[in-house]
Amino acid sequence: MLSGFLGKKIGMTQIYTGDGIIIPVTLIQAGPCSVMQIKTVEKDGYNAVKLGFDDKKRKVANKPEIGAAAKAAAEPKRFIRELTPDKGAEFKLGQSITLDIFNNVKMVDVIGITKGKGYAGVMKRWNFKGGAQTHGSTRHRPPGSIGSNTDPGRVVRGKKMAGHLGCERVTIKNIDIVKIDKDRNLLFVKGAIPGHKGSYLILNKVNVKTIGK
Amino acid sequence: MNIIDVIEKEQMKKTAPQYNIGDQVDVSVKIVEGDKERIQVFSGVVIAKNGGGFKETFTVRRIVQGEGVERVFPIHSPKIVSVKVIKSGKVRRAKLYYMRERTGKGTRLQEKFEKEVPASAGEVLSNPNKNNT
Repeated sequence: MLSGFLGKKIGMTQIYTGDGIIIPVTLIQAGPCSVMQIKTVEKDGYNAVKLGFDDKKRKVANKPEIGAAAKAAAEPKRFIRELTPDKGAEFKLGQSITLDIFNNVKMVDVIGITKGKGYAGVMKRWNFKGGAQTHGSTRHRPPGSIGSNTDPGRVVRGKKMAGHLGCERVTIKNIDIVKIDKDRNLLFVKGAIPGHKGSYLILNKVNVKTIGK
Repeated sequence: MNIIDVIEKEQMKKTAPQYNIGDQVDVSVKIVEGDKERIQVFSGVVIAKNGGGFKETFTVRRIVQGEGVERVFPIHSPKIVSVKVIKSGKVRRAKLYYMRERTGKGTRLQEKFEKEVPASAGEVLSNPNKNNT
């Protein structure tokens, strides 16, 4: 099958295990996805399967999108990504892929876009300590000195400063799958994942055998 | 309906335990020791209720050998078998955190008044050494 899958973050809640232990979980709407395009070594130089997730209204889609989707006899999609197929796995154009690909999979790597924080100061962006809030101090949040004097006469490259924070592609590795609900296409993973509610995610399978080496 | 609400509703008990702040309660908790399962009773006064719906919890306070002990129970946890209200206390707060400052006879004050059936004054006192489990 495929190296991963596509999904959408729904939000967080809790679930109980059989022993009555509460686990914090994030709900992911995962699939169903359609195969939009199949890339082969002969034609494209590498193997890949292009998956599409979440239908887009035809009114919103542009003509190239509608045309590309028509080749796979599918609706235009909001989120399209290439994934690596396993060796020997066969796909058909327009084929619908569901959560079944996570059978016997215990962990996933989740790739998402973090929430945008805008232009952030050094305390928020780099966890600087800042200055004292009281005792006559007026230096509450600025970064302080950013370098020496004449020697070297410049600011060191890569110096942590204020700037744009968030809206960044982030991979969280080895997240436990708590539960799979195939009827509703829901994936329950343990803990938090990047992004706002409704943001799109790539879920890469983790081969558990390779962990700990 | 939001999917999260649906998921939470599925996990909620059909008949959630009923209780009020200031109630003297016996909470039966399932305890697993090895492969054996038994039920332990924690009795005390409900001093707080937090959260709502699926995530609702309540805090029970009791005095064990002169030391105050508080436990927080999620009401929809499968570990909570039952919550039995022994008697109700007349209270004027939603959070009885002032009970933490009180010792000895001070802790019984709020239970002086029964809600419906007035009990004789002698029985109202909670005996901290009772039900040591």
